[in-house]
Amino acid sequence: MKEKLKSLWNKLFGDSVRGFGVVSLVFLFSLAIAPAKNHFSEWRHYQHGYLKMIRNRSDAVTLQRHFDGGIQQIWLPDLGVVDRCTSCHVAMKETSLTDVSTQPFRKHPVIPHRLDQFGCTVCHRGQGAATTVEEAHNSTLAWEQPILPAKYIESSCGECHRGSLAGTPQLNEGRQLLSRNGCVHCHAVKLPGGGTMKATDDPPALSHIADKTSREWIYAWLKDPQAYASTATMPNFKLTDDDARDISAFLIANSTPLSGDTAAILAKASADPAAGASLYGESFCASCHAVQNAAGNLVGGDVGPELTRVGNKVKPEWLQAWLRNPRTYDAGTAMPHYRFSDAQVSTLSGFLLAKADSDLLTNVHLEPATPEQITHGKRLVSDYGCASCHEIAGMKKPENFAPELTRIGSKPVTQLVFLPGMQHTLPDYIATKIKQPRAFGQGLKMPQYTFSTAQIDSLATALLAFNDRSATLPPSLTVAAKPESDYQPAGKAGKLMTDLACFSCHRINGHGGDMAPDLTWEGSSVQRPWLLAFLKNPNTLRPSLIRRMPKFNLSDADANEITDYLMTVYQNPAVDRDSMPLNGYPQGQVELGKQLFYGKYACQGCHIVDSKIDKGYIGPTLTQVGSRLTAAWIFAWMKNPQALRPGTQEPNRAMSDEDARALTAFLISQKGGKTEVAKK
Amino acid sequence: MNRSSLTILTLLIGALGTSCSHKSASAPLSKPTVFGVAIVESSGGKQIAQTGMALPQPLVVQVNDEQGAAVAGAQVEFSAATGVTFDPAYGLTDSSGQISTNVTLGGMAGRYRLLASTTNKAQKKVALPIEEIALGYQQTLGRQLNDQYCDRCHNPESTVTRVSNFDNLEVKPHPFTEGDTLNKVSDADLTAIISHGGPALNKSALMPAWDNTLSRSDIQALISYIRAISDPPNSNAGTVFAKN
Repeated sequence: MKEKLKSLWNKLFGDSVRGFGVVSLVFLFSLAIAPAKNHFSEWRHYQHGYLKMIRNRSDAVTLQRHFDGGIQQIWLPDLGVVDRCTSCHVAMKETSLTDVSTQPFRKHPVIPHRLDQFGCTVCHRGQGAATTVEEAHNSTLAWEQPILPAKYIESSCGECHRGSLAGTPQLNEGRQLLSRNGCVHCHAVKLPGGGTMKATDDPPALSHIADKTSREWIYAWLKDPQAYASTATMPNFKLTDDDARDISAFLIANSTPLSGDTAAILAKASADPAAGASLYGESFCASCHAVQNAAGNLVGGDVGPELTRVGNKVKPEWLQAWLRNPRTYDAGTAMPHYRFSDAQVSTLSGFLLAKADSDLLTNVHLEPATPEQITHGKRLVSDYGCASCHEIAGMKKPENFAPELTRIGSKPVTQLVFLPGMQHTLPDYIATKIKQPRAFGQGLKMPQYTFSTAQIDSLATALLAFNDRSATLPPSLTVAAKPESDYQPAGKAGKLMTDLACFSCHRINGHGGDMAPDLTWEGSSVQRPWLLAFLKNPNTLRPSLIRRMPKFNLSDADANEITDYLMTVYQNPAVDRDSMPLNGYPQGQVELGKQLFYGKYACQGCHIVDSKIDKGYIGPTLTQVGSRLTAAWIFAWMKNPQALRPGTQEPNRAMSDEDARALTAFLISQKGGKTEVAKK
Repeated sequence: MNRSSLTILTLLIGALGTSCSHKSASAPLSKPTVFGVAIVESSGGKQIAQTGMALPQPLVVQVNDEQGAAVAGAQVEFSAATGVTFDPAYGLTDSSGQISTNVTLGGMAGRYRLLASTTNKAQKKVALPIEEIALGYQQTLGRQLNDQYCDRCHNPESTVTRVSNFDNLEVKPHPFTEGDTLNKVSDADLTAIISHGGPALNKSALMPAWDNTLSRSDIQALISYIRAISDPPNSNAGTVFAKN
């Protein structure tokens, strides 16, 4: 053995020339390693593959000309982007390659941004500087940012775009869910533009809860909120029977009576058994409240709570006081103060109390509470952070009750705990945490929500957008959200409008709901007599709408007060309502307008002027438009509807002044009622 | 070159290995004892979802015997191009002969051809192709615009919250799924009719001009959506992703 080694040594390094030669060869070979590695690199392999693929295509010459070999790089210092993805993804911009579906040669689908201005990793994540498939797409030891799965891609839009976008429904929904389901009551989210994300739900105050409902109902609700109402946003805390018993004991013991929030029945309900249902319908309660029908479908809106089993919940004397004036119990409620008569209150409360499920509370039997139970209940209420959402007398809203989510989208994977069998990625962690929050360990407090898979994906999308980049982008590179104003009307009329909860449905100056028309320019738009009559007795303006303006039984004084305020304050500076007359247009102009209406512009497709022949069912009915709108408003609307009400469906037809004036003349002649009869 | 071919070989072996292991993972737990001869779609075909997302409704298929009666307990397996996931990916039909699965589409926009297959007595595969549509960014934007501006007239179906205006129109608009007609209209003509209204192509004035309301890219997005949902499919609708 030794001999052999020695002879080998002699053969290689026997003399200096031989030794020099061998060392040179070794040196040469090691020098060749780097070029060889380069030659056999993955990106070169893909570039060869691409050239081979395009060789036989009819557009080969063009594609060949566009092709740029070697490592490609997009460098954007502002965004911190160094992306070499286009070294392999060589055909990103080739519009003629629509038929190619093999990666990495697919062309990029159409998006509103340019590749050379934004790079790749801004949207897709991954390692931009890497030049191998593995390192670029997956998390490795050195880098942990993997490619973002396609279903969360909209989160990247949300890094810069802080408001909602037409092309990102999932991101929009996720952000809404964070506010609407009250996630941000417990989890603070500091917005990059300043301020924090606000919750838009309105969890009820519990300080006077004993006036409203029974301890048995609280117990059943705490055990399973969705058993009472499938649409309940209150999550399930998975409480034991004893814990639910003690919390209900505490809440009842802690409740203080509020004067005026219960009322003895004064008037007899209507003898007609159908009266309750028809009052419920006439008052358009279903615009906000849903009820499950016999087929199990929910019918109605989601502004107020579901009423399917409300009879199990509320005490009759509380419900009556609530129907008479909800603001006594909850000054900030979204429910309007209907001016119901006592008889109406009796009728409606009787109708609502009958909505009950005989099984719901049958198995709930609670012994009178002991002081120990009440003390224990109080501790539980504080442990579970109930006061984060609900106002509870004697309890402070806890600060930082749950982890802040401001930069959750950049949380390092090494800091996460994963369940067995799940993928070790941040999006999967977030989605699973929302889906089964208690599975991640003992003693966790986050309750169980009833989100669908799609909703969980939306939430994860919105949360992934809260990351280091979005938190540190300079404002010049972001698109700010439209700020929600906190506009409040002033004076006596303002108080009335709050009392009637106008803002639950209508939007004015950037504040309020979107169920009903924006009233910001109402004073320029309508005629005073119409508005007054409408407030006193709202008829149906838009026949296709299911949600309509309810009748509030306003007194003449109140109706006049609101009408004066709307007519005076809400005027558009560009539309002077007195600049065009309401009558006296030449017959020729009216005729021309009629021809334009039915001919050139085919308005009857969406609107009804003559209810005998027109059928259009999208826009408001125009049979009485001449008594409703001002001529100046109609004219301005014809010229550019979106300028008056952004986002309205009516297309901008870019009409000439002459056409717009003729249509105005025709429409203002549609006074409805007697005039129509007289015409025939 | 030798080395690269070697790499390819190892890759191939690797791929074979993974595909095999995948097969064994999704193999039936117990051998089916009941067999059908045909597999039919009950519901859930031709659905639309954004790329990478779950279809709104589950896919339900039914296994039938020679007489067309439902077969309970037959084995059904779902498969599709890479990126598509099924939950569950296989299973036995229930007492009504049906099996339901939740489908998540792949990350690229286009049509996805899914296969639901069962084996008959002769151990032969009987497969049913089902198509689903995945929308990319542009088509998603188009769908939003369609919902806001077009759907009320162009979609004859009414919902509880939205009454269709289709029946009220003297000249009926084309539903956007009507591929037989719309596939014959070029992109340029569609752009013209959306921008300048029906009369631009000698059609009804009930279709208004939208060029002052929608931007050029909005109109392109709408057209890409119309092409994506067309039935029969449009030739420009993009790739069909199927298992190869």
